Parts: sequence; structure tokens; C-alpha cells
Amino acid sequence: MKLKSRHLLGLDGMSKEEIALILDTAVSFREILDRPIKKVPPLQGKTVVNLFFESSTRTRISFELAERRLSADVVSFSTAASSVSKGETLKDTARNIEAMKIDMVVIRHPAAGSAHFLSRVVDANVINAGDGGHEHPTQGLLDMYTIWQKFGSLDGLRVCMVGDITHSRVARSNIYGLTTMGAEVSVCGPNTLIPREIEKLGVKVFHRLEDVIPRVDVLNVLRIQLERQKSGLFPSLREYHRFFGVTKEKVAKAPKPITIMHPGPINRDVELSADLADSEHSVILQQVTNGVAIRMAVLYLLGTSN
Amino acid sequence: MRKNKILDAESFRRTINRLAHEVVERNKGTENLALVGIRTRGEFLAQRLEKKIQEIEGKGVQVGILDITLYRDDLRGRLDQPQLKSTEILFDVTGKIIVLVDDVLFTGRTIRAALNALTDLGRPALIELLVLIDRGHRELPIKADFIGKSLPTSLKQQVKVMMTETDPEDGVYLVDVDEEGKEMRS
Repeated sequence: MKLKSRHLLGLDGMSKEEIALILDTAVSFREILDRPIKKVPPLQGKTVVNLFFESSTRTRISFELAERRLSADVVSFSTAASSVSKGETLKDTARNIEAMKIDMVVIRHPAAGSAHFLSRVVDANVINAGDGGHEHPTQGLLDMYTIWQKFGSLDGLRVCMVGDITHSRVARSNIYGLTTMGAEVSVCGPNTLIPREIEKLGVKVFHRLEDVIPRVDVLNVLRIQLERQKSGLFPSLREYHRFFGVTKEKVAKAPKPITIMHPGPINRDVELSADLADSEHSVILQQVTNGVAIRMAVLYLLGTSN
Repeated sequence: MRKNKILDAESFRRTINRLAHEVVERNKGTENLALVGIRTRGEFLAQRLEKKIQEIEGKGVQVGILDITLYRDDLRGRLDQPQLKSTEILFDVTGKIIVLVDDVLFTGRTIRAALNALTDLGRPALIELLVLIDRGHRELPIKADFIGKSLPTSLKQQVKVMMTETDPEDGVYLVDVDEEGKEMRS
């Protein structure tokens, strides 16, 4: 069993077997992270370039650690200190870097479809680390892995994504992946932040947290981008918090404890209350640890298949 | 395709008994001793040896399972990707006498990978190698400390170890394969 594509561009269109292969492979890498020597040799001699055209701390460090722990050689690049600021196009940047003989590219870019574009212009394996409002497949995979680790299965599990669904690539990757794996996915947020016709992706839509809380196992709370308020999509952070902020009081109404997830970085006491983020039902830090294991699994599966 | 039975279930059992005795004899008991089996059949062999050692000495030893997939030197260039499984060694290998257990010793490349995998987990005081069958044709300077049976083979032959944990019976076969159907050396 191997992945069909040489690239990981998104979870849309990926089969159940492929997702299961990545999750299974991540189990082995998760174990390696608990060892005193957290390094294994399968990508020895391979060079991976991290192209980050958008700021990121967690994802970039997570990818770098994953690459180094597989013994790959790593070059990281962010826009501020690059010739992109001199007006070079994505295609030229990528082809120039490829001309230096590299094997894999991890790309984060503000434009949707940039990872797909890159996969057409370079020979290296391309991994999408977030392309605009489109997909963030490794985040989707690590969220699924975290849920799977906690519940033992994804089939029939009820997961709700809360917040700004319209601008969220994390939500989209989660929706594609989770529905493929048989989970029951819903979204909840203000009308202005839920895309029209999202039901076509196989999700239920709620506009009140009170309606969702009694019928879910997991709440995946998305970061609210503070600049969205300026564009008038919701009146104020306080009002957002009042209606869509996930708090201890609100989840206490659930028949059994709800598992709380967040892709980070958290706006404490805006989308998620601080006490709940630090509570025993929160798996936010497990998500971060699992992120390294999932990225190792993806890099390994793509990097060792010819 | 010709198939020769090298060990039947009875001689398989006797061989394991003898190997268990040799391990405790050479190491003067079970003090500080641990068995590490290489997936898949090395794992089953290690478990059977442990049972036997328990019978002989009245004391068990720890058993771990090693998956060497990540350390293979032929990881790239294989047509199908080997399934990665996890290593399950729930004790600290540092300072221990480790008996590394595998079914067939052939080129020695698996053992090279296993030694690297094992030393990445810690610093054992001593590593010994136990194999059920040594079929020759080494490509690396590696030699077993405990051997169930030395079996002269040709490169056209294949050694098939069967164990009831995954196969219908216990036994070892020497199989002649033609050039076309030649299995990969592992």
C-alpha cells in the first residue's frame, strides 16, 4: 500500500485507505518522539526546502523538526528575507531552488491553489502547508489523528468545527478528511462566516452553539482572525465571544464531556475560554505533538516511494 | 518448484530448547538479559525462547520487538513500500545484555539495520545474535553467536520459516525458485 500521488496537496479526493495509511504510519513515528534519541535515518541524503510565504511559527517548526528527525537536510526560507521581496514570481523562485537539486518542497502561501501550481512546475514532491483559504492537509490529518488516538475510531464520531469557516483552510481539510473517514461533521458560526452551500460537502450547519453542544463528541474551535472584525463580518470581539466563544459554562450542558481542540494560535477568551483551553478535556498540546508525527509520516511516505 | 523440509515441528521445538539453554549457559543465567526479536518471525522466536528460558531458570527475561523498516538500506528503489510498524521495547536497553533474535541470517543487512536501530535506543552492554537458520552468503562482516541450524544454500534457493503464530505449522523449508520468481534478498 502506498499513496497514489507523489504530492500531498489536499485531503479532497484522498481515499479512506490512503488516510488510514498515513494515520497508521504516524503511530510508529509518535513512538519515536518519546525516545531519548528522536532521530531515524530514512530520508538521509534527501533535501527538503520549506518555502513559507506567510508567517507561521508552529507549522514551520513542526515541519522542520519532522524533516530533521527523519535525517533529511533542511533549508528554510521565509518571504521577508528573500528575493520575493524583489518581485520574483513563485514559479521562478521554485524553479531556481529546484535547480539547486532538492527533493521535496513544503509550501505555505496566501494564494489558494499555489501548492497545486508548484506541483506542476517542479519535479520535487510538494507538500501543502496551507494555501490561502483552500486546504491545510497536515493540520487536518493531525486533528484526525488526535481524535482517533482519543476515541479509537473516527467512524460515526460527531465533530463540530466552530468559528470562521469561510476563511478557514483548516476547516476545509478537516471536513474532507473526516467525512471520508465516516465521521459526522458539522459547522457552527455566525451566518457571515459560514460559506453558502457548505452543506454540499456533507456537513450540517448550526448557528447557535447551544444547539450543537448536546450532540457532539468533539469541538474543533477555530481561531478568529482579528482583522475580520474590521471588515464588518461580526460586530465586536465581545459579542463574538458571547455567542460563539466556547466556555466551560456552555459545554457543561453536554451530556458527557466534550473534547476541545484548537489549531492555534489561541485568542484566549475570544473563541475559547482560557480555563477550558487548559482543562483536562483539551487536547490542544497533544495536537501539537501529533503534528510532528503526522508530518514525519507524510514526509516518509512521499520521500521513500519512487 | 522443489521444496525440501529442513526442520519439522518436533525438531523446530528441540532447536528452540537447545538455543534457550545455550543463551542461559553463555550468559550465566538471566541476570540483565533481554531478548529483542526482529519483526515478524524474530518476534515470535523471541517469545518462544523467553517461555523456554522461564522454564529452565524459573525466571523470565524481558522481550522487545524491533521494527527495522526505517533503517533499511533498500528503502528507496523498492517497488512496494514496506509497511512501517512500531518498535515495542518497553525497557531501557542501556547496560543490558541484548540477544537479538531473527529467523534467517542471510546477507547480514537486516542485522546491520537492527544494530543501528538498537543503538539509537541506548547503549547496551553487549549485543549477541541468535538466528534459527544461517544460510550463508554474507555481504557484511556479521556472525551469529547462537545458530539453530547452519544450512548451505545456493542463491537460487529460498529459506521459508513457518511458525504457527502466522502460518499453518512450525517448520523450515528450503525452496528452489527459478530466476524469474526470485524473491528479494532481505
